[in-house]
Amino acid sequence: MDTPVMPPAAAAEDLIATDIEAYLDRHQTKSLLRFITCGSVDDGKSTLIGRLLYDSRMLFEDQLAALESDSRRHGTQGAEIDFALLVDGLAAEREQGITIDVAYRFFTTETRKFIVADTPGHEQYTRNMVTGASTADLAVILVDARKGVLTQTRRHSYLVHLLGIRHVVLAVNKMDLVGYDRAVFDRIVADYAVFAGSIGISGFTAIPISGFKGDNITSAPSANMPWYAGPSLVRHLETVEVDATAAEQRPFRLPVQWVNRPSHDFRGFAGLIAGGRVAVGDVVRVLPSGRTSRVARIVTMDGDLPHAVAGQSVTLVLTDEIDCSRGDVIAAADAPPEVSDQFEATLVWMAEAELVPGRAYVMKLGTQTVSATVQAPKYQINVNSLEHLAAKTLELNAIGVVQLSTDRRIVFEPYAESRTLGGFILIDRMTNATVAAGMLHFALRRAQNVHWQATDIGRDHHAACKNQKPAVIWLTGLSGAGKSTIANLVEKRLARMNRHTFLLDGDNVRHGLNRDLGFTEADRIENIRRVGEVARLMTDAGLIVITAFISPFRAEREMVRAMMEPGEFIEVFIDTPLAEAERRDVKGLYAKARAGQLKNFTGIDSPYEPPETPEIRIDTTRLGAEEAAELIVERLLDR
Amino acid sequence: MTDTLTHLDRLEAESIHIFREVVAEAERPVMLYSVGKDSSVMLHLARKAFYPSPPPFPMLHVASGWDFRDLIAHRDRTVRDYGLELIVAQNAEAEAQGINPFDTDSALYSEAQLTEPLKRALDAHGFDAAFGGGRRDEEKARAKERIFSFRNAAHRWDPKTQRPELWNLYNARKAKGESIRVFPISNWTELDIWQYIAREKIDIVPLYYSKPRPTVERDGLILVVDDERFRLAPGETPTLRPVRFRTLGCYPLTGATQSEAATTSRIIQEMLLATTSERQGRAIDKGQAASMEDKKQQGYF
Repeated sequence: MDTPVMPPAAAAEDLIATDIEAYLDRHQTKSLLRFITCGSVDDGKSTLIGRLLYDSRMLFEDQLAALESDSRRHGTQGAEIDFALLVDGLAAEREQGITIDVAYRFFTTETRKFIVADTPGHEQYTRNMVTGASTADLAVILVDARKGVLTQTRRHSYLVHLLGIRHVVLAVNKMDLVGYDRAVFDRIVADYAVFAGSIGISGFTAIPISGFKGDNITSAPSANMPWYAGPSLVRHLETVEVDATAAEQRPFRLPVQWVNRPSHDFRGFAGLIAGGRVAVGDVVRVLPSGRTSRVARIVTMDGDLPHAVAGQSVTLVLTDEIDCSRGDVIAAADAPPEVSDQFEATLVWMAEAELVPGRAYVMKLGTQTVSATVQAPKYQINVNSLEHLAAKTLELNAIGVVQLSTDRRIVFEPYAESRTLGGFILIDRMTNATVAAGMLHFALRRAQNVHWQATDIGRDHHAACKNQKPAVIWLTGLSGAGKSTIANLVEKRLARMNRHTFLLDGDNVRHGLNRDLGFTEADRIENIRRVGEVARLMTDAGLIVITAFISPFRAEREMVRAMMEPGEFIEVFIDTPLAEAERRDVKGLYAKARAGQLKNFTGIDSPYEPPETPEIRIDTTRLGAEEAAELIVERLLDR
Repeated sequence: MTDTLTHLDRLEAESIHIFREVVAEAERPVMLYSVGKDSSVMLHLARKAFYPSPPPFPMLHVASGWDFRDLIAHRDRTVRDYGLELIVAQNAEAEAQGINPFDTDSALYSEAQLTEPLKRALDAHGFDAAFGGGRRDEEKARAKERIFSFRNAAHRWDPKTQRPELWNLYNARKAKGESIRVFPISNWTELDIWQYIAREKIDIVPLYYSKPRPTVERDGLILVVDDERFRLAPGETPTLRPVRFRTLGCYPLTGATQSEAATTSRIIQEMLLATTSERQGRAIDKGQAASMEDKKQQGYF
């Protein structure tokens, strides 16, 4: 083969052969750096990674043999070894000759182990790059020396900066194809410096390389570029500070993952330390409650530790019996993180289904899981031009700045300060897909200044006066299913029993509270949210609330359920087949919808998502309205 | 400032974090315990994650009936020493159907002896999350798999619908019938595994260490005659050779390596100077390059 091959680290080889114990001792102290490579297929990214694996002797002979045979079959380098084939993964992708997902590769040198996130440079795969960048300490941005800084270079740099990567390497690749010309390199570096500065990248390291020929990869300067005075790529990767080490300088943070209770006399809080260090005797604060305590023990299977640092998974025992569970954050008492429920954040949308403003998504941040509602974006960012564009929603691969609110206060830090307490994902309640990645910037003043006013007469008192347990009987079903009829009968029965009730009817609410809302998906969501809030106030007042709304989307019904105290939300599915409801057509609406006079009509041109596990299901083809009401009341009183 | 934590410390912390996330969010987790070296490292990490509690999930061993005797002995001893709950899954009909490692086609054999009993056991016990010892450095298809890998009700993997995994946030939500395969040691390499075994002094099956064993050579593979069921060809007699295993499967299908390495550091030394990668010893992985991906789509771990 003609490809110049860097000699394997001969000294290491000798040591392995002659004194394996000495070699292993040395390798026990290696550190770990995670980095991402950004560039397109044409920039020689896969070739560079293949080269790094090859040069660090992470390939075995049988893999090399497979590589050689693959090179002949699919290769693009003629008779030479095509390093790119080492890293291009799944079969279908290999046929197409492109990487379409994030793949992780590993190699090691004398001082560090590396995890490389290999992500594609393709336009439509912003989400993959964001995924790979989220865990990276460093980014290698590849530029083809013949082409210079391109639109995609800017896009990748913007994403790298957005995801908070602290170290940027500008690798000017294919120097062999421009005659190793220093002027070409200098021009590209100058171009890039202007752009990098404009988006807030404060510094970067530029290295002229040839992934194909091996110049300045493991040693520098290469004989072809005597003018280059900096480190080789590998040398640079071996010496930059890793994030976990930097995080040790920050205040102590431990998001609690799991409470370890093997017996009555042991209660440990397990988690991965996100920032700072902790020692036995330290005063800590548990958030969001704000209670303080001291660290009694740092427990591991290898024995108790006197102290621990960011990046370690530990179990803490506190001196006091304070309330602390999964989702809480144990922090330095004198420098606690913030707590809020309203935020400004940047979202990267990752799903085919676009963002629905107003819809409640599941939000995961650290070990906290809450319900979050996103408002219509303030603006969307064009990743190529970095312009701010007006937007009503976010589509796949779109990036936008939004305000979002959570259903309860969460412990957070700005993303720029902590990836763990500032980075989050949004999950669709229905499909369970991860639909967005987000970065919190700051809490909105609204939440900071509007505090929850504790009142002396609480909901328990209200309920006790009425001698009843508050509840929300939530009737859902198609238009014409019989919701209003049954709701009315339920209320009459309860009234006869001297229960204090209130019936919220869909049509009636739209005459007042919600008269500004129409029937688009967003308006329907807002309609249900308001009704949920009203129902919540009424249960606080001790009432039994009966609601009759089509409420077609599972996500919104689940949102309302989450607003209520456990056990207070009783979902009743009025199950009437579409054909039957349409046959009844009490209000003549189906006829209008079929005639095209009514838009967004549930069951016709707008979906109805039936409940999966309702508390009560009423099959109206088998049960009359009176019997249904009787059944519901019976179940309510049985609680 | 020099780095406080070594790469093994960081890998260990990440794996422990993954174990705890699953236990906090899944209803009924289980650990796939193959008794191999990767499983032994996983078990060690699981014990660390929940110490002083024992791992709050059972171990599931898919046995083919053609497992090395040493492996079964090691399994039973480990389970006893650490007070673990063990579930053994085995395809009871395989023998009656004439399925055996000598006559059955290797793809069919692995389907009948490994994939099928695994799926059945997961279904029978209602496990919704299963820890597996897969590593991304083993094979190109694995390099792209997530740490939380979703399987539909038929246990199939769809590489096109993987959920993005950001930071160390894992989305463990799933619909009824779906399950998750979780790979806590995804980011470990074979070298990391061996270094960790050495550092933590983890007890592994003695088959990994060299010892003179009765062997025969077939199709370039050195096979160990582990019990009297091994079919010898006419005139074939086992020879005593110093061999060890780099990977453990059904004994009539798993090739041994001629080696003198009887300690962990000698093994690492051999590995670093070696020229063949780990899976070569497994007859099952041979075939086209994408075969692992096909198997995964069918539900193989």
